Amino acid sequence: MTSEERRIRADFPLLMSDSTAYLDNAATAQRPACVLDAQRDFYEHSNANPLRGLYGLSVAATDCYEQARETVRDFIHAASEREIIFTRNTSESLNLVAYSYGLSHLKAGDEILVSIMEHHSNLLPWQMVARQTGAELKFLECEPDGSLPRARLEAGFSPRTRLVAIGHVSNVLGRTAPVEEIVQMAHERGAVVVLDAAQSAPHMAIDVQALDVDFLAFSGHKLMGPMGIGVLYGKEALLEEMPPFLTGGEMIDSVTRTGATYAELPHKFEAGTVNAAGAVGLAAAIRYIQSVGFEAMERRELALTRLAMEGLKQYPFVHVLGSDRPEEHCGIITFTVDGVHPHDISAMLDSDGIAVRAGHHCAQPLMQYLGVWSTTRASLFFYNTEDEVRAFVESMGTVRRRMGYGE
Amino acid sequence: MENRTFYNEILTSHNLRPLHKHDVPDANLELEGLNPSCGDHIVLKLKVADGVVEDGGFVGSGCAISQASADMMLDLVIGQTEEEARRLADIFLRMIKGKVTEEELEDLDEAAALRDVAHMPARVKCAVLGWHTMDEMLKDALSGNGGQPVSTETE
Repeated sequence: MTSEERRIRADFPLLMSDSTAYLDNAATAQRPACVLDAQRDFYEHSNANPLRGLYGLSVAATDCYEQARETVRDFIHAASEREIIFTRNTSESLNLVAYSYGLSHLKAGDEILVSIMEHHSNLLPWQMVARQTGAELKFLECEPDGSLPRARLEAGFSPRTRLVAIGHVSNVLGRTAPVEEIVQMAHERGAVVVLDAAQSAPHMAIDVQALDVDFLAFSGHKLMGPMGIGVLYGKEALLEEMPPFLTGGEMIDSVTRTGATYAELPHKFEAGTVNAAGAVGLAAAIRYIQSVGFEAMERRELALTRLAMEGLKQYPFVHVLGSDRPEEHCGIITFTVDGVHPHDISAMLDSDGIAVRAGHHCAQPLMQYLGVWSTTRASLFFYNTEDEVRAFVESMGTVRRRMGYGE
Repeated sequence: MENRTFYNEILTSHNLRPLHKHDVPDANLELEGLNPSCGDHIVLKLKVADGVVEDGGFVGSGCAISQASADMMLDLVIGQTEEEARRLADIFLRMIKGKVTEEELEDLDEAAALRDVAHMPARVKCAVLGWHTMDEMLKDALSGNGGQPVSTETE
């Protein structure tokens, strides 16, 4: 382990206490001590129900929660904190847009455009909207390497495209979508763009105003924050005219026997007691990322991805999906092995102390499109080590022999 | 390192060189077993006459555990009565739940090599797919129902 690796890993209690080579970071990241401390500190010193109580502790809880919102606003460069809505996760954020914006704005004859690479979280809500409104769901089809060249985009768009839902980075291929181009084409046609940033937010700086996306969703847990806190960004003008998604406490101004007036943004979309400790933990994770720096994280992730891809290349029976270039993988390496099922690979690597993901990665349409039933995925983060990657590559060299194939 | 021994020679040879992975043209019972989320898939075929499993085979694809387990099962039940086949299935399904005696394990012969699946919750549905499919098939044959594909993913 290098001294840099040792220094980074000292921030993560689980990495210090568990010997697993954790290569399933695209599923969820590990948390640094500062995130755990921030949550604990909230409950120990500032806990009360935020946004309601008129006493000191509740005001303190509200302050913690609203400061966390400001940290998120700054992180994605939103214009106003009114555009930052806390949810449970990316799925809830995307469902909010689908139920609130989708059902009230789309109608028969309209088209919803999604890419074939979408995670089920950014597909099923739009299938629902299409079913309920009569709008048509259309697919942007990628090249086998995950790229979306201009011709593919033009084939997907039509004058009737009203909403484009696209993953920023594919959770299978690791490929980054050409967001600027998609946003420009969408806006030219009067369509809004929903960007699923679940896989990109942990790896790259995001500026929602520069990208000019209309909505953006991400989860806290993939960027080292707690599970159960997520974010929806929406342009204020759009959020303002959207109906609430969930109704109930803390999202109203006044209620009568038969009606209610809703609270101002962002509270209109945050019904019920909020996950203030989760938001505080997420803010701590963001500050942690800022202290390490995306540039340093990216440098490490790229070096590790290169090491892994170079290593796997020596095995003719391993086939990596997506681009040949490590810089187009965002740390995600998904592959198949001739004659060995991904679940068996995962079980063998597990016995070697290496955690990878096996299955369809919640992207079955992409699997069908690529002609594979299921795959194995190793996903790297800046805190992984060269030793872990070498151990992974070495284990991969043994899987066919261990399954009884003579090599 | 538990799994290193788990993928033992018995399991890998049943997976790579199965004796019963073939069609059975004169089969009179057929049922599909499918675990959609992991992709394990078999079509099990049996020829049953006068209450005896005279022949059997399966086709399909999936992880080593699902395929080897189905092959081991057919090794055991071909030539046995339906009743005995269902008794063995019951022992196997209980073995996977960790509720079986040493005497009963002996009756499972090579299939007992899968006993450690009891400690691998994620793989239970793979191991029991063939057995569950056969059990449903024989139960349905007795009651005159059946034909719907079965899955072990909800167990």
